[in-house]
Amino acid sequence: MRRGRRVLTAVGTFHQGKSDLHGITVVVDTTGPEIFVGRCDDEDDEVVILLDVDVHRDGDDGRSKREYVERAAQFGVWKKHDRMVIPRAQVVSVKPLGEVTSA
Amino acid sequence: MPYPELMIKPMRDELVMAGMEELRTVEQVEAFLSPQEGTALLVINSVCGCAAGQARPGVRSALESAVKPDRLGTVFAGQDVEAAARARQYFADIPPSSPSIALFKDGELAYFVPRHRIENRSAEEVAADLIGAFDRLCGAVAAS
Repeated sequence: MRRGRRVLTAVGTFHQGKSDLHGITVVVDTTGPEIFVGRCDDEDDEVVILLDVDVHRDGDDGRSKREYVERAAQFGVWKKHDRMVIPRAQVVSVKPLGEVTSA
Repeated sequence: MPYPELMIKPMRDELVMAGMEELRTVEQVEAFLSPQEGTALLVINSVCGCAAGQARPGVRSALESAVKPDRLGTVFAGQDVEAAARARQYFADIPPSSPSIALFKDGELAYFVPRHRIENRSAEEVAADLIGAFDRLCGAVAAS
């Protein structure tokens, strides 16, 4: 288990036992064309679990992943999924959306 | 599902004690946001400590600034559900998030801080952003 990640157990109002990114809106880039923006519920070596998730595929609506993320960074995203579990093996990076700045 | 009122009362009080009007009904929201003149700050309060724990003290600190909006209001997302939904209709193009902060000028949304711009930031950083917006949009020069 990597530092900053904890076992996927307690679900409580005050977020005991969750990873350091719990509650933070993150951008999850993948090895494929998909990129996800959602609120991190938890993560460990196996999966990243997101809530209130939007998904973009590279090139959809004429926007690259980067362009999509820059747009999302302005005001947020409209969720398409309540919850998604993304296998860690497909994840390239997990980054807080609040740290994204426009080019 | 709303949290017990006893639990969230201190979260409500934190903003009310800073001079914000609590908007708990659709009618109160409409009365607060309908005026087309002046500036109005609306805070979408929330329980989640991941961001609201910085948002509320940030707002309180910003409201100590010499320049601040004419009207100050707050709705509580997840608690006063209908009021929060009505408030969000005033900035319907923006994805809902809470906590978040909206500043209106002459009836138009002029500045918005979504939740992800509050997460992982300090109350001081949140306050600094708000004070900058107050100076730009609520000052004497901006109003003239």
